[in-house]
Amino acid sequence: MPGKLKAKIVAGRHLPVMDRASDLTDAFVEVKFGNTTFKTDVYPKSLNPQWNSEWFKFEVDDEDLQDEPLQITVLDHDTYSANDAIGKVYIDIDPLLSSEAATVISGWFPIYDTIHGIRGEINVLVKVDLFNDLNRFRQSSCGVKFFCTTSIPRCYRAALVHGFVEELVVNEDPEYQWIDRIRTPRASNEARQRLISLMSGELQRKIGLKVLEMGGNAVVGYLQCFDLEGESGLVVRAIGTACTLDKLIPGTASNTITHTNTHPNTAPASNACNSPSKEIKESPLAHGCRSSHNSPVHSACSSQRLSHSQNFSVSVPTLVFTGMGSGISVGKEAGPLKTLLRQQAQSALEQREFPFFTLTCFPPGFLVHIGGVVSARSVKLLDRIHNPDEPETRDAWWEEIRQEIKSHAKALGCHAVVGYSESTTICEEVCILSASGTAAMLNPRFMREGLCVYSRFDDASPPSCGFCHIPYDEFNMPFPAQLTYCYHCRRQKVPDVLFTTIDLPAEAAVTGKGCLIQARLCRTKKKAQGEVNATAISNLLPFMEYELHTQLMNKLKLRCMNALFGLRIQISVGENMLLGLASATGVYLSALPAPGGIQIAGKTPSDLSYDQHISTMQKRINDTIVMNKELYNIHPPECIEEVVGSPIPDRQRSRLFRSTSESSDELSELDLSHGKKDAFVLEIDDTDAVEDIQSLLTDAPIPAGFYSCNTEVMPGIYNWTSGLQMFTSVRVYRLNNANLTNQGLNKIFTDLCENLLKSLYFKLRSMIPCCLCHLNFTVAVPEEELIQVRRHTPKNTSPILSIFPRNILLVHMRVYVSPVSSVDYGSFADRCSTWLELLRLKAHTIRRGSVKTISSSERCSPLPEVRSRSLRSTRSLPCGAPVTVVKMTPLSFLPRTRIVKYLGIINMFFIRETTSLREEGGVSGFLHSFIAEVFAMVRAHVAALGGNAVVSYSMKECVFMENPNKNQAQCLINVSGDAVIFVRESDQEAIPPLITSGQTSTTGADGTT
Amino acid sequence: MPCYWWRDHGTWCSVLPAFCQPVSDAVKVRMDEGALLECEANPEVLTSDTMDQFRTFQMCERLLHSPTKLGSQLLYQIPAQNQIILIERYYEFDSVFAREVLGKKLSKGTKKDLDDISCKTGITLKSCRRQFDNFKRVFKVVEELKGPLVENIQRHFLLSDTLARDYAAIVFFANSRFETGKRKLQYLSFQDFAFCAGQLISYWTIGAMDSMMEDMDVDLEKEFLNELKDLKVLVNDKDMMDQHKILVCAALRGKIKVYKLMEVNFKNLSRALINLASKLTHTKDVRDLFIDLVEKFIEPCRYDRWTVAEITLFLTHYTNAAHCLGTFRHQMIWDRYMGVIKSCILQMYHE
Repeated sequence: MPGKLKAKIVAGRHLPVMDRASDLTDAFVEVKFGNTTFKTDVYPKSLNPQWNSEWFKFEVDDEDLQDEPLQITVLDHDTYSANDAIGKVYIDIDPLLSSEAATVISGWFPIYDTIHGIRGEINVLVKVDLFNDLNRFRQSSCGVKFFCTTSIPRCYRAALVHGFVEELVVNEDPEYQWIDRIRTPRASNEARQRLISLMSGELQRKIGLKVLEMGGNAVVGYLQCFDLEGESGLVVRAIGTACTLDKLIPGTASNTITHTNTHPNTAPASNACNSPSKEIKESPLAHGCRSSHNSPVHSACSSQRLSHSQNFSVSVPTLVFTGMGSGISVGKEAGPLKTLLRQQAQSALEQREFPFFTLTCFPPGFLVHIGGVVSARSVKLLDRIHNPDEPETRDAWWEEIRQEIKSHAKALGCHAVVGYSESTTICEEVCILSASGTAAMLNPRFMREGLCVYSRFDDASPPSCGFCHIPYDEFNMPFPAQLTYCYHCRRQKVPDVLFTTIDLPAEAAVTGKGCLIQARLCRTKKKAQGEVNATAISNLLPFMEYELHTQLMNKLKLRCMNALFGLRIQISVGENMLLGLASATGVYLSALPAPGGIQIAGKTPSDLSYDQHISTMQKRINDTIVMNKELYNIHPPECIEEVVGSPIPDRQRSRLFRSTSESSDELSELDLSHGKKDAFVLEIDDTDAVEDIQSLLTDAPIPAGFYSCNTEVMPGIYNWTSGLQMFTSVRVYRLNNANLTNQGLNKIFTDLCENLLKSLYFKLRSMIPCCLCHLNFTVAVPEEELIQVRRHTPKNTSPILSIFPRNILLVHMRVYVSPVSSVDYGSFADRCSTWLELLRLKAHTIRRGSVKTISSSERCSPLPEVRSRSLRSTRSLPCGAPVTVVKMTPLSFLPRTRIVKYLGIINMFFIRETTSLREEGGVSGFLHSFIAEVFAMVRAHVAALGGNAVVSYSMKECVFMENPNKNQAQCLINVSGDAVIFVRESDQEAIPPLITSGQTSTTGADGTT
Repeated sequence: MPCYWWRDHGTWCSVLPAFCQPVSDAVKVRMDEGALLECEANPEVLTSDTMDQFRTFQMCERLLHSPTKLGSQLLYQIPAQNQIILIERYYEFDSVFAREVLGKKLSKGTKKDLDDISCKTGITLKSCRRQFDNFKRVFKVVEELKGPLVENIQRHFLLSDTLARDYAAIVFFANSRFETGKRKLQYLSFQDFAFCAGQLISYWTIGAMDSMMEDMDVDLEKEFLNELKDLKVLVNDKDMMDQHKILVCAALRGKIKVYKLMEVNFKNLSRALINLASKLTHTKDVRDLFIDLVEKFIEPCRYDRWTVAEITLFLTHYTNAAHCLGTFRHQMIWDRYMGVIKSCILQMYHE
């Protein structure tokens, strides 16, 4: 009996009218935990009942405490008929189980009904008394902290990073049980919500147990996903990085200065890995299903394994995106250091089954070298999960994929994979499992006790460029690549292009600014069933990956950049199409060689008009590159070339290739103004290439004053303000049947994404200069004719620049219906303030013509003073105690603030259904209000925990289904994030004078309005 | 006074009017304003952005119906200052429209006439409906409440002082159903009436005299209206009337150009004002207060080309002279009556 849960129902407000006759409600509340239920008295005839109940006490196992949510149901008492449910509140009590997090949950929660949405609010108090359980064989893992943040949380220090933890639980989906035929949609939705809540709890508990086993106390980069496999069940899975975190005592509470000053690197704590290291010596080229980007043909030979009957599985050939071009360098320096380091890292990592890390930001010194992006995909046929307690098939599937990733990483000479993530896309019985990450070499001292004194390594690779240095052996390269000496330290070899899934390391040396680079692709496929379908998909996948990669590479070159960070490739499958969307942030790493330009080569140079066509194209491309250089402020210092030799690989078949330095010597007459030796050559010999170039050039330029990236911070921009806003936007596109060709689809898809971005820019035009960070797009094709896209972006303002968080959602396509319908959602509150900001800004611009500042939501109001002055009575602000303002951001931090406490993870799942879609404003209106409601509930939970912000917020799932004929729609949303308390830096410390002046000037502007 | 919700980057875009028209029109307006020139926008982006604004507004409108909820609801996180701006903008109205509705019963019947008002004023029907519904909502809530009218409105709708006073006028007129629609009253603006309403509320209601009284501010004080009958003595008693005239003439001689006419008309003017007072016990005559003022006093003066300054002087001395009448004992009532009448006449005396 290790825990006592206590709950008290205080009051309700704004309840809906349940009794038409009196226009009032006789409300009472049921409080349920596990199988125990308590009820309050009926509070008759009121829309604002004051129950003020006693403390309801539940004596429960801590295992249940972790798994179960507290379920509060508000009902309307009815003497004659059954009581009507008004709505429910599910409260996850996990944050109360950790001693460091919240101690009490207290506040107003929206009462939610899956059919009607939010119906009033209820004030609840929840406490937990936990008794220590020292049982070694316990099933609970109370006290393990979970963070969605993919970096070491701000007020902690990583003593030890243990590594990868994963778990999955499966169950039958209530929506597909026989009982669903006789129960109401509400009952079915609630059953589903409850089940997923239970499963998430269980998953978290099980992962917690694994962490405790490893000796850790926290999971960082916790990523939970659920797969709605329809008939075959419901899978909830999670991955994360187990760590031992030490709490940092804030510098202001100066009693523990010693701790605060300890460098994170130098104090390993407990021992995690003590198994003996294994010896590995595997040929990096052993694996068949891997190829460098420029030869897709190679990748087709994959380990396809077709077994018959239900156990169908195709392991899809995958690409290793290392981003290198061609050419093999001959290096002299086969660093002995590297070997030593490798051995140590091996001993620390090899004993782990999967040396994966879900982190994307690392403590200084953690990351030694980066190899490149590794990814693996596999197409599976779903079958019913027969025994939910033994989810072996699903485990085995992921196991397979992870092994593949691991071997890819090895092939790149790396022992670890960082920035690791997994995802699925399901269409009927076909499921594509994907995993991707960045192969890297890590500093072993974070992994193991007693390995902390290898300062030599730090000397060997300066932090600003060290991570760029190749981890693999240059004599035995896993792929053809062109290496040069690092342009920064000139001691080690670097590749010419680097692709990664992680954030740009803080210490990295960057030239100019970064920008968002996106590759989009649609491919049609025939409708098919079962294995035929799966085979068709798996045959298409490598070509899609190749094309996406080509697009990314071209766009990167066009922007004169040489590295991609935060690369995220999403492939979604629909019944008759596949969609690919790759987003990344391009930067110019100073350590890497300057990228060459793009050359266009015609196939039939004899034709004169053709030549002319090509030369105009070439000119446009060159102009664009020059323009982009200006735009992104890329002016790399002139460097003396020291290419180390580069035999030309055989690539006659490839229509797109890089000329090597030698070949460019021969091609000196084509010398490009941006003057690098090796240019990217596009050969126009088919319509495909023309299309490529078209798409390359038609990418709409970002309007002046805007910056965008999909990483947490914008490379090259450092003057952030605390004015931060998040937006979520959903777009639904209905597709005409006639457009179902590859080209037509590509065009539509590209336009959709472009328009989504454009509408963001348009909405934010008054905030210039501003930066959209963490732009996160998601695409989905939910049913046969539907496509969904979702994205997140943070934005934030600074005296000169502004950058906000923003959250964006779906694109939908549907055949038959031609009109375009769209939902564009900005978290309402924020949106609202945006308008008002516009009002304000007007005032600014009137008063001081050239005030370039951006108003931010927290600034003081320009409300006409006349008004407040003339008030006769003291005019209260709208009603009673003000609602706590809760900020939401996909970033892991809030600029110019300090997070003082993490209160626990927020992981919520909601279903909303309507049978009156048209009346609720169609798809747009329905989604708009649902997302607003989800935000409200997230904020209420955070506020009840005592927090004032959610960081690392993300909308993991947004599944939308509609049946316009029946006027019905259903939407499922899963959100997660970390509840935190933050304080403004200015509250505590003096702000640097420069910024202060910036602030006061803006405040001044406010005052004058 | 047009109402603005948000504005575009360059120019103000009046949102209430904007939300009172179909999306396509709003898009067109914005295009004409040059929204497409900014940020590489295209018509599709603009349409989606406009629809988005419409939806947001729609969702928010429900809350604006009970502004006090806006502060405690959890659905939208709106900074307190912005809430105030939102409410204020939503409850703002066009005085041209208010002028049309003034004194009418805020009922379904009037609502049906909104098309005509819309045609007449050029305000879109949707906007008329919103304004009318706002009037009605405020009226319904404060109608039965005790205590000062303006404060009640402020408490329940969180409006600014000025706006709350305007609403008080509308509620007051709707409750007493003052006649404002006659042709002769057409020259009066909403502000004129609102000023008069303010005067009436401040001096002629129960709450006006005794702020501790927990009574309604909406109705005129019955007792006071009854007592006004006592003023009749000023015209019925011939001596008193003559003396009153002598005193006023003495004070005004040489000071006003229309002295001669005044001297001739004094009795008529005085009789008009006193009769008006004595009739106010009948609801019907209360309703006709403004038309009577215009017909019996303002028009004769205007005919004789009195200036505002002359009227001011006349009314001041007319009021004061009564105090010097030894036999006149209703000084309190007199001042309370004449104070309001004087300021009303001065407000209403213009072309």
